[in-house]
Amino acid sequence: MASIFQAVGAAAALSSSNSFDSKKFYLSSRKSVSERKGSIFVVRSDGRMSSGRVDKLVTNAVATKADSAAASTASKPGHELLLFEALREGLEEEMDRDPRVCVMGEDVGHYGGSYKVTKGLAPKYGDLRVLDTPIAENSFTGMAIGAAMTGLRPIVEGMNMGFLLLAFNQISNNCGMLHYTSGGQFTIPVVIRGPGGVGRQLGAEHSQRLESYFQSIPGIQMVACSTPYNAKGLMKAAIRSENPVILFEHVLLYNLKERIPDEEYICNLEEAEMVRPGEHITILTYSRMRYHVMQAAKTLVNKGYDPEVIDIRSLKPFDLHTIGNSVKKTHRVLIVEECMRTGGIGASLTAAITENFHDYLDAPIVCLSSQDVPTPYAGTLEEFTIVQPAQIVTAVEQLCQQ
Amino acid sequence: MSLIHRSSGLLKPLAAGPASLLRRPFSSATDDDATKITVETSVPFTGHRIDPPSRTIDTTPKELMTFFVDMARMRRMEIAADSLYKSKLIRGFCHLYDGQEAVAVGMEAAITRKDCIITAYRDHCIFLGRGGTLLEAFAELMGRKAGCSKGKGGSMHFYKKDGGFYGGHGIVGAQVPLGCGLAFAQKYSKEDHVTFALYGDGAANQGQLFEALNMAALWDLPAILVCENNHYGMGTAEWRAAKSPAYYKRGDYVPGLKVDGMDVFAVKQACKFAKEHVLKNGPIILEMDTYRYHGHSMSDPGSTYRTRDEISGVRQERDPIERIRKLILSHDIASEKELKDIEKKARKEVDEAIAQAKESPMPEPSELFTNVYVKDHGVE
Repeated sequence: MASIFQAVGAAAALSSSNSFDSKKFYLSSRKSVSERKGSIFVVRSDGRMSSGRVDKLVTNAVATKADSAAASTASKPGHELLLFEALREGLEEEMDRDPRVCVMGEDVGHYGGSYKVTKGLAPKYGDLRVLDTPIAENSFTGMAIGAAMTGLRPIVEGMNMGFLLLAFNQISNNCGMLHYTSGGQFTIPVVIRGPGGVGRQLGAEHSQRLESYFQSIPGIQMVACSTPYNAKGLMKAAIRSENPVILFEHVLLYNLKERIPDEEYICNLEEAEMVRPGEHITILTYSRMRYHVMQAAKTLVNKGYDPEVIDIRSLKPFDLHTIGNSVKKTHRVLIVEECMRTGGIGASLTAAITENFHDYLDAPIVCLSSQDVPTPYAGTLEEFTIVQPAQIVTAVEQLCQQ
Repeated sequence: MSLIHRSSGLLKPLAAGPASLLRRPFSSATDDDATKITVETSVPFTGHRIDPPSRTIDTTPKELMTFFVDMARMRRMEIAADSLYKSKLIRGFCHLYDGQEAVAVGMEAAITRKDCIITAYRDHCIFLGRGGTLLEAFAELMGRKAGCSKGKGGSMHFYKKDGGFYGGHGIVGAQVPLGCGLAFAQKYSKEDHVTFALYGDGAANQGQLFEALNMAALWDLPAILVCENNHYGMGTAEWRAAKSPAYYKRGDYVPGLKVDGMDVFAVKQACKFAKEHVLKNGPIILEMDTYRYHGHSMSDPGSTYRTRDEISGVRQERDPIERIRKLILSHDIASEKELKDIEKKARKEVDEAIAQAKESPMPEPSELFTNVYVKDHGVE
């Protein structure tokens, strides 16, 4: 059983007794569910106490940026760019490669995109391939899907993911289901992308996390990028996929800088990214929360913990292979997400891990999510809405019971 | 009106005795193509911001017979679907098109299979017109493997990719933006083809329709929006749902044409005209004034919001098949008996297709999970 752990109150460090019921904790051994231990020590499933492990400090520091072994090839020099430029690079490479790839959205053409992802593309490819649409999400999303039915490969940009709620019918019924209801006759190779997530005081309607609403739609795939490297790689993979893919970007990550390879590469749509290998606990996260996790990881390492951080990237389907291997290693899971507590990605992930890896868990899965509230405008309130690094540190400590 | 040649020499040597020399059955003889018959549409076209086409149309005996055969087959299919539904072999929703056959047949006669058609859920006959078979239709209605969507779509999800038929959609109005997308792709690929996006008088009040129309007009997309106005949006009469039921005018800056949708020649002429227009000038709206004999769907008796007199009145005065029958008889192209034989043949075809469809098995359980995703790198 998983307990959804909610940090109520200030973003500052919480006292360990706050909203944490140690009685709810039970430890199950891997061998048999009936051997449940009522103690609150960190007990390895092979029976050993973990104290010896925790004393070893991991000296190689936690990276502040998303630069890990998985990210870039060390051998080539590469080039530095910002995340929105990486998205554009991926987009441009695919538009060069395949004349059927086109972009449509509000202000993507002459204006260059409200987040500059499509800057310079309209002069290069023309107004039809980089199409400025009127403010009509429902119908231009429908139009993209209709075009995709004939073989074109449109990329629909939602200026903010929240606006795509207006296109929900098209995304759910036509985008997701047409391949099935036509018995396989039509494929819908669209990419729907745009920024979402909580920004800096953008207000409730412009701070939404649509991945939780879209996740049940059968037939679509969902990925979330978090670094310039995976942004470009996922963009290219999404465009090449024959399935409809929703690519979630985050408003606050567009100016992240990273050095990425010069040579062409694609990220796998269904793969999670190992950000920081570790032994004590698996922290699963995606998009902006990755950075809050890594910030917390710095603190945790200094305190003697060895967290394994995985950026799940693929929101639908989950990469249960990578996640499972991690769970089997650490036996503890913390999910840190920006979705709201109710019905978010974390809720589904908790269920999936419990179903598949229950026997490997030494502790209930803890899920840190945003509050079930409309995102307030006031800065301090907005901070309380989302998960902050201090809460992550506290949660890890409590999960590991040190 | 020009006379028809009835020369026996050019006709196929079927088992025809001397008595039948005077009235030849429908045949593929070349002289039928050369024979010209001029007809007039029942009413002239009414234009909105456009000069309507002529109401005088040329046709041939062959075309007349083809129209009759096709519409008879469609009519028969829909009536048979009614019985199948009542025997619970068809479940869920079933929206029948009988009465509206002229739109499907007339449109098809004006275009090619490279032109696209997309419609809503009253799609069985359009599917047939685009080259779908009776077996595929009935099997799909009964949820069998041999159905055009492998049994996974149902009545509202008939598709035929190689026939340029893009469905088959359950949500009212959502197919119109899709249709503009088809037109967009046609313009993008620089094809000289057009898209007919069909919708009903109920869907005419959907916002996404006007959004799509705006975009189509803005970018001169080759989109023809066809309002099949059967005057009732399920149980609501058009005047109770629309402030302005002149649907052909609702495009405002987009030209429109009002067409007698029960007259297959009017439909053909309008569609031909529309195709030429949009390839040069951007979108146009066609309003087909048509009528459905059945209720909205099989669960609607169709008589609570309209009188039986109205229904039988339309059937008597405007039935599309009857109109063609009269034309055929008055031009001595075929006899009453021959036409009845054609209808019997259609009935037989339909019965055979139903029998075959009944033999088709239900989809395998594993089909539950196929076609959710396209088999792609790594996707299960």
